[in-house]
Amino acid sequence: MTDSALEPVAAVRPQTPFQRVVSDFCESRLAVFGLVLVVISAFVALFAPWISPQNPFDIASLDLLDAKVPPGTVSGDGKMVYWLGTDGQARDMLSAIFYGMRISLFVGAVSVVVALAIGVVVGLVAAYAGGKVDALLMRIVDLMLSFPAILVALILLSVLGKGIDKVLFALILVQWAYFARAARGAALVERNKEYVEAATCLALPASRIVFRHMLPNCMPSLIVIATITLARAIALEATLSFLGVGVPVTQPSLGMLISNGFEFLLSGSYWISFFPGVALAIAIVGINLAGDQLRDVLNPRNLR
Amino acid sequence: MAGSAPLQWRIIVGTKEDGATGVARSQQEPEMLVYIIRRLMQAALVMVVMSAVVFAGIYVIGDPVAMMISPDASEVEREAVRVTLGLDQPTWRQYLTFVGDALHGDFGKSFLAGQPAMGLIFERMPATMELAVASLILSLLIGLPMGVYAGLRPHAPGSKAIMTGSILGFSLPNFWVGLMLIMVFAVLLPDLIPWWPRLPASGRGTTVNLLGVPVSFLTADGLLHLILPALTLAFYKGALIVRLARATAREVLPMDYIKFARAKGLSENRIVGVHVLKNIMIPIATVSGLEFGQTVAFAVVTETVFSWPGMGKLLIDSILLLDRPVVVAYLVVIVFFFVILNLVVDLLYSVLDPRVRLESRAT
Amino acid sequence: MSEAGLQVRNLRTHFFTKEGVARAVDGVDFDVAPGEILGLVGESGSGKTVTGFSILGLIDPPGRIVEGSSIRFAGEELTKAKPERLRAIRGAEIAMIFQDPMMTLNPVLRIDTQMIETVQAHLKVGEAEARRRARAALVQVGIASPDERLRAYPHQFSGGMRQRVAIAIALLHKPRLIVADEPTTALDVTIQGQILFEMQRLCGESNTALIWITHDLAVVAGLADRIAVMYAGRIVEMGRTADIIERPMHPYTKGLIGSVPSQNTRGHPLAQIPGMAPSLLKLPAGCAFKARCPIAIDKCNEMPALEAHRPDQLARCWRAAA
Repeated sequence: MTDSALEPVAAVRPQTPFQRVVSDFCESRLAVFGLVLVVISAFVALFAPWISPQNPFDIASLDLLDAKVPPGTVSGDGKMVYWLGTDGQARDMLSAIFYGMRISLFVGAVSVVVALAIGVVVGLVAAYAGGKVDALLMRIVDLMLSFPAILVALILLSVLGKGIDKVLFALILVQWAYFARAARGAALVERNKEYVEAATCLALPASRIVFRHMLPNCMPSLIVIATITLARAIALEATLSFLGVGVPVTQPSLGMLISNGFEFLLSGSYWISFFPGVALAIAIVGINLAGDQLRDVLNPRNLR
Repeated sequence: MAGSAPLQWRIIVGTKEDGATGVARSQQEPEMLVYIIRRLMQAALVMVVMSAVVFAGIYVIGDPVAMMISPDASEVEREAVRVTLGLDQPTWRQYLTFVGDALHGDFGKSFLAGQPAMGLIFERMPATMELAVASLILSLLIGLPMGVYAGLRPHAPGSKAIMTGSILGFSLPNFWVGLMLIMVFAVLLPDLIPWWPRLPASGRGTTVNLLGVPVSFLTADGLLHLILPALTLAFYKGALIVRLARATAREVLPMDYIKFARAKGLSENRIVGVHVLKNIMIPIATVSGLEFGQTVAFAVVTETVFSWPGMGKLLIDSILLLDRPVVVAYLVVIVFFFVILNLVVDLLYSVLDPRVRLESRAT
Repeated sequence: MSEAGLQVRNLRTHFFTKEGVARAVDGVDFDVAPGEILGLVGESGSGKTVTGFSILGLIDPPGRIVEGSSIRFAGEELTKAKPERLRAIRGAEIAMIFQDPMMTLNPVLRIDTQMIETVQAHLKVGEAEARRRARAALVQVGIASPDERLRAYPHQFSGGMRQRVAIAIALLHKPRLIVADEPTTALDVTIQGQILFEMQRLCGESNTALIWITHDLAVVAGLADRIAVMYAGRIVEMGRTADIIERPMHPYTKGLIGSVPSQNTRGHPLAQIPGMAPSLLKLPAGCAFKARCPIAIDKCNEMPALEAHRPDQLARCWRAAA
């Protein structure tokens, strides 16, 4: 009888770590799908002014008679099709979504990058310095992490008022602690390794040890956290804008668009909220699907 | 395999695990009482710090006078209001007055309603609590079975769907979920299917008094109004529970004691229902407790979407209308709530895990 | 051979992994008569534990018992039994004791819970009656103050105590066969002696057959009626204990006995068997022991059969009679 003995796996050509990461990543169709979504969102955000059928901020180009028309209607002057309908001010939803995606992604990405920078510095310093400095910094980090981000952001914005810069500030404030904690954790693992001892023996300055030696080894987990945090940042900004404390009306992000359309949801003009909602979901879900696989692939245990 | 729970959750739990170690430290002091006292003192310290932060944030950075006066008031009138509000005093004295009043529960009157701010908060608290508890129950009822199933049969197609669903669950923003639920259950389905019931999308249903507190889940109308908002709020937490249950189940299943249970001839139902579940309950209970605070925070969004008359909606309205005393009162209540919640969760952990509880009395 | 007792014929349990097929048990035949104690001896990776699990049908994927294997117990073919029948047999007619009692008792459940559920899994009795039986079982294994012990949690017990509880659980339904997988390996030597004595007594009292799996020949030398020595998934020698210990036939058995330090080896360097057991994924053709065997010859490239080179003593070696 057949034992169906499996043949040992044929020897594989050695790959660079990067190639291995990429090929592992592509093993999941969902992750690739997520990545596609992300690319689409980023593309839309980057090229919004050039690919939008209409500039929704140009009041002159709006025809109020076309307000609240359902998706697929042709415009009054016959020059364009409102693929996703128009809102209460006759703005083409598709264009509004493109511009909105731009703002949503911009705010999310910038806040994550800055929070990453701040958090990593704090975390690395804490890990390298140790002792009282470490304890103090981590106490602050713990305190920040133990309160819900949304409340902190809400209160902060209620005091500071509206504006993209203020939203950025609030987002950075609620996010840096994650990076600090992760960076410290990863750095602590590295700190105990021999190469740090060796570098110290060579009397290298602390900053060099920290940034040139320890940091690259912390990168994988930081990348993973950055992707997750990016999705959260976008979601948080959308929530804040939806509640009315986020971006100003002149620069509507997807969250604000959804909020604008909320009142029409039950009265039939669902598309004013629905399609921005779909766009938001595409961005967030795409990032998370890709980020989830990225986390499995970049798991330090798998990399060694 | 690397934990299936999202990293930020693990980070959050990582913070609280310090508390759990604090419980383990109680091994050296056989008195649970000393531990509780120590935690209460820590809590008091946190409250003091937070009160200073809140005070600084609201009263020092913002300008309370500006909201109370119409923009074209004269300087004399402004000065008068300033004195009335005690704003001419040095900052430290203002702070002390603030704290003194606060300890009496007096946070000033709401600018708009004229009522004491704290009173308003307490009025709306039952609604929020009802929503939060309902969503907690829903998330457990839905999340636990799905997570355990995904842990038992990780390669079944249903499991992959559940895990993907969980990613959606914790990444989609709260208000978006609410919006979609409204669209589906209050607009689309009732429109397309004649007999489908239209679920209410705003407001709270009829309430009855239970022990002096108005609750709505005891009435049919109340339940109907509760479903959509509770479901919305349960999404995020349910997703976390699914992932946690699955990860823990995967950890527990290969353990020797499960194999031994099979060797004893126990039925698979018993093994899963008792042995696996009991081990899962500990992390689930801990995380649920911690997440409860987050739930109450996120209720702010859900209440806005569904016009649910709770503390959260009050907060948003107050923020938008610049009703500062109410915002301050809300903050203090929330901080207090969190501190107590953390303490309760730590104690709960020691109750649930017999290894921790009984270490001090080991033979 | 009478129908009662255990008859294992051509048992093969293979693990189908990504790296290949691991033939953990590759053609094992033995019998255990009712009331008999069989010592199953071998080093790590010899397949002795997998044999034990196979008897109870506790092999998890990617492993499985391969077609052509037969395990007959009291006239019933276990490899063809339905899952529900297997479940009914486990814990009631065949019981198992594991190696590390800390990990075999669920740490978050009380002892009485874990014992009562075992009783109720096979008998329709109420909780009070189940508790009574559990208490009696604890007394039987020599645990003092059983009522207190019942209400305790596993981590409150010492290692030896926990193993006694495990034995008590195994005895709850008076099984006809107990498979004990290295039950004393994780315990102190003094406790080891106690447990050995208890097991011998209990099995003698109830005429329960016992398969004692161990890597330590010395442990079963005083306990077992018969000994089977396993190497790389096969039995290489089997016979009465006295015969095996005093007149071993297989070079591996001789090596095992010779490497046990005793009065006689004082002052002499400890004897070892050189080399390591082969990986179960890459078993050599022919005798698996030949690479380490001091008397290997060319013929050893062909797998010897397990033959009775002496009455009632079998060995798998071309040079057994030497």
